Amino acid sequence: MCLALPARVVELVGMEQAIIDLGGVRKRISIALVPQACVGHYVIVHVGYAIGMLDPEEAAATLKLFAELSA
Amino acid sequence: MRYVDEFRDGDLAGRIGDNIAHEADPSREYRFMEFCGGHTHAIARYGVVDLLPGNLRMIHGPGCPVCVLPIGRVDMAMRLAFERGVMLCTYGDVMRVPASDGLSLMRAKARGADIRMVYSPLDALQLARAHPGREVVFFAIGFETTTPPTALAIRQAQSEGLRNFSVLCSHVLTPAAIKHILESPEVDDHRTVPIDGFVGPAHVSIVIGSRPYEGFATTYRKPVVIAGFEPLDVMQAILMLVRQVNEGRAEVENEFTRAVTREGNACAQAAMADVFDVRDSFEWRGLGQVPASALKIRGDYAAFDAEARFDLDYRPVADHKQCECGAILRGVKKPTECKLFGNVCTPETPMGSCMVSSEGACAAHYSYGRFRDIPVVSS
Repeated sequence: MCLALPARVVELVGMEQAIIDLGGVRKRISIALVPQACVGHYVIVHVGYAIGMLDPEEAAATLKLFAELSA
Repeated sequence: MRYVDEFRDGDLAGRIGDNIAHEADPSREYRFMEFCGGHTHAIARYGVVDLLPGNLRMIHGPGCPVCVLPIGRVDMAMRLAFERGVMLCTYGDVMRVPASDGLSLMRAKARGADIRMVYSPLDALQLARAHPGREVVFFAIGFETTTPPTALAIRQAQSEGLRNFSVLCSHVLTPAAIKHILESPEVDDHRTVPIDGFVGPAHVSIVIGSRPYEGFATTYRKPVVIAGFEPLDVMQAILMLVRQVNEGRAEVENEFTRAVTREGNACAQAAMADVFDVRDSFEWRGLGQVPASALKIRGDYAAFDAEARFDLDYRPVADHKQCECGAILRGVKKPTECKLFGNVCTPETPMGSCMVSSEGACAAHYSYGRFRDIPVVSS
């Protein structure tokens, strides 16, 4: 139910809306909850709304953490 | 898909699994509750359990909004569709939740009720615009992830003067449910449901931030690690919980830093506060009445509140006598301990709500785990 996916903003279309790209699928969504979103940003999309932003640096840091071996 | 596929890598999963096995103390048991259905689903679908040591058990929590929706709320929606002739819009997951008289919204639709499955509250708004002569009601369920979109839809309806649109609000609150579990006798006396820590919500936390969980760490001495919904996220969170338990710490840690901050999404929180008030109490399936655990539409937006508009009253309905959804949602029983599991109750014909959503503990186990229960006979 809380299903949400990270998708890239490809176009801002006004009225607090944007076109996002998710693995080649494009869709118009609302960015009213993340007014700071710009083209190129990744946003987390849920029921037609971006509910948050994805931080690429933090994503890279987390992936690095996965690869660490226990002491 | 970027930021999805990397977090499902099998080799890395094996490595985190090795780390967990290496750091888990073989002389003790670890029991962690994943609150969210999204985590339950990931654990079942990706076989995470197979990568965990035998002395570490995951307990499925009540964080599946479909599963905790009581029959009485679905009946309210049903009455609106049948008796008041409204066009009832709701999310796909809600369509199959069993209601009274052997009905579900899906079956009600087959009997002629005007029930529409929508992806977004924006679709419900669009239906209201397209059918100005009809009453359009959006049956809104979900946790804090799903609540801000409903809030914005209500504000949009008000700004457009969309008078034929209203919302049957059944939104519930995550921290209240976690608190309820921590204070339940089963957890409190640490015998029937011993919980050593929580895998904290992913997308709910994008909205509310990590701060609301801090009280659980300090007051109840339970570690919380917020985790994303991908399998590597869950595994890393489990490793972080093992470390906290080993070191005697009880803190809120955040594995899902790529999307969750301590403060959360202020814009979304403001929208929720503007449109909703906290209800004094709300019935959860499996948990019963939980104080201050759900939202209602504030007086300023009363024109869009279906409960007020259609003068609806809530009538509680008992679950099927043999259905163990309640105990399963509290972590007291496993799906296989229910007599109905897998015979009369399947994802095609769910008797209880945990079998409805793919995030429900029963549906997740039925779809991905039921053959694990059968011993392999070697030739």
